[in-house]
Amino acid sequence: MKPRDLTDLALRNLREAILRNVLTTLGVAVGVASLVAMLSLGVGLQQLASRRLSQSGLFDTIFVTPKNSFRGVGRARREMESDKPPRPLDEGARKEFEKLPNVIEVFPQIRFFTEVRFNNKPYATVVAGLPESSRNSGAFDGMQGNFFSSPTADEAILQIEFAKDLSDKPASLLGQAITLRYAERQAIPAAGDSSSAPSEASEGFSVVPKELKLKIIGVVETEPAAGYGGYGNARLLMPLDTASTLRAAQVNDLRDIVRGSTANKVTFPSLSVRASSPSKVEALEASIKSMGFNAFSLLDASKSLRTFFSVFDLLLGIFGSLALAVATLGIVNTLVMAILERRREIGVLKALGAADADVQQLFFVEAGVMGLFGGFLGVFFGWALGRAITFGTNVYLKRQALNPIELSSVPWWLILAGIVFAVLVSLVAGLYPASRAAKLNPVDALRYE
Amino acid sequence: MTDHQPAIRLEHISRHYSMGETSVRAVDDVSLSVPRGEFLALLGSSGSGKSTLLNLVAGLDRPTSGAILANGQNLARLSSLELARYRRNTVGMIFQSFNLLPRMTLEENVELPLRLAEVDRPERASRVREALERVHLTHRVGHRPTELSGGEQQRVAIARALVNRPQILLADEPTGNLDSATGEAILTLLRDLRDELGMTVVMVTHERLLAERFADRRATMGDGRLLEVTANPKGALE
Repeated sequence: MKPRDLTDLALRNLREAILRNVLTTLGVAVGVASLVAMLSLGVGLQQLASRRLSQSGLFDTIFVTPKNSFRGVGRARREMESDKPPRPLDEGARKEFEKLPNVIEVFPQIRFFTEVRFNNKPYATVVAGLPESSRNSGAFDGMQGNFFSSPTADEAILQIEFAKDLSDKPASLLGQAITLRYAERQAIPAAGDSSSAPSEASEGFSVVPKELKLKIIGVVETEPAAGYGGYGNARLLMPLDTASTLRAAQVNDLRDIVRGSTANKVTFPSLSVRASSPSKVEALEASIKSMGFNAFSLLDASKSLRTFFSVFDLLLGIFGSLALAVATLGIVNTLVMAILERRREIGVLKALGAADADVQQLFFVEAGVMGLFGGFLGVFFGWALGRAITFGTNVYLKRQALNPIELSSVPWWLILAGIVFAVLVSLVAGLYPASRAAKLNPVDALRYE
Repeated sequence: MTDHQPAIRLEHISRHYSMGETSVRAVDDVSLSVPRGEFLALLGSSGSGKSTLLNLVAGLDRPTSGAILANGQNLARLSSLELARYRRNTVGMIFQSFNLLPRMTLEENVELPLRLAEVDRPERASRVREALERVHLTHRVGHRPTELSGGEQQRVAIARALVNRPQILLADEPTGNLDSATGEAILTLLRDLRDELGMTVVMVTHERLLAERFADRRATMGDGRLLEVTANPKGALE
């Protein structure tokens, strides 16, 4: 039979037992829907996690420290005794990092312990400088107020706990001024500056108390974490450039002075090097290490995260497929019933010259059509189910005063896969009934009442 | 193939069924030749093997032994696909219970063999109309079989059997479900069509009187064997 006649005949047959076939098709739809909904949740969660994680900078950032830090006492001493002193992590190193391929940003960690005054009351806190790229880190998505208006603005974002210390109503802090008191590092001019030549030895530095007025422009709930050792404990955040112009004395300054190796040179306790994508991190990390620095990244964690989601998707897929397996049995049942009912008709078709293959194809097409309709409906149901779950979750999150999330995601490949899978499964379900119908003896079939 | 060759030749045909441990000889060593254009009636009581013999000629069943020569080929040796093609192109069949598909209109029922033969749509319409004209049923083409009388349904079945222009028309108790007047009308139609189109007709019936009136020859069967073949005197109908 020609495909058009075959389809025409199959549709006619399906229409004939409309209720049963609609129910069977709905069974397929429910199966596909459960599969699509499960996988859409898996995909959605994975997208959510990887979006958050990549925005957070955890997986595309390399954390660089000088060789002599974070080392045990013994090892440090041994290195000190080696011929080559460890390279300082200074502005020169920073420039070199910026020139490496696939680097989009290099920024220092500026954090210092200091005192802020608000309403004439002192509060001790840790201040951290925040690079402009943190704007997209996701940590500021649901903040009160705004992100810094410019990278050099005299503005501050408070963490909610700190804001609560300052005021019972954190929201009321927005727009108010806060005074930052800090110790500015000033190089000491060489001893006997007028009479004798500057000695090679370090003169060190002095610290001078200074004040800076900052405007509170935002209150953030979650802790932004750009790089490791990030700003976890910092309670007052300010633009990185503003923070670096302060020349605030930092923890490592004293150590460097004692070592006397970097007189008058600003060094960084650490630098965060951001790669254009997590896939570039490994090579970048190796070249930074070869330059004589310590480098860390969380790439391994990202790999195991991907493995986790693959397994997660697989499990969701298996649970989703269970309903489809039941639907498959429904198709087999419906078609076997149809053979019994249409036995005589099959006999007539054969008497009129239908070959076994014609009868087989007819049943196959009927199964396929049920699968196709079931697939379309199922993808729609699955999408709707995903939306409903997302909606329900967001209602719950809203009650918990949390930001809404996109929990389910139905990418085009899932739509396509859902429909193709439904048709394939239906055709497999149609295999047995179709071959049984084809093998029906026409004489027996015609005798059947 | 010449016109002198018979349309159907059965050579020592047997069809045995095994029912449990016993073997039933539904058709037992039957040899018979049916010339082209003949109207042959197969007579016999229930279980005599006449329907089994008809199914063998129709290519719906295969003989246990023997040869069935029709249209120059031995049906016993054809593959199931070739047999389907033979049923589609060489024979047309009508049944006691008409066997029209109830959810199709008359037109669609008649069109069905053309669909199976993959005839193009425009040609189908004209051939369906032609077949329905031959059985005088052009006015009810859009109706469903259940809306028609028994006689009308059988006429549709005849149109369906004719639409592929077969050389052999096989009828299995075509009047069995009809009152006698309608039955006679159907057989008159069959004979007229035979005269008009020159095809060979083999009809299974248990009504001896009708067989005598309409057929050229009568073959009587009993217990699977061919008992006698009798020629009806010409003009018996009148």
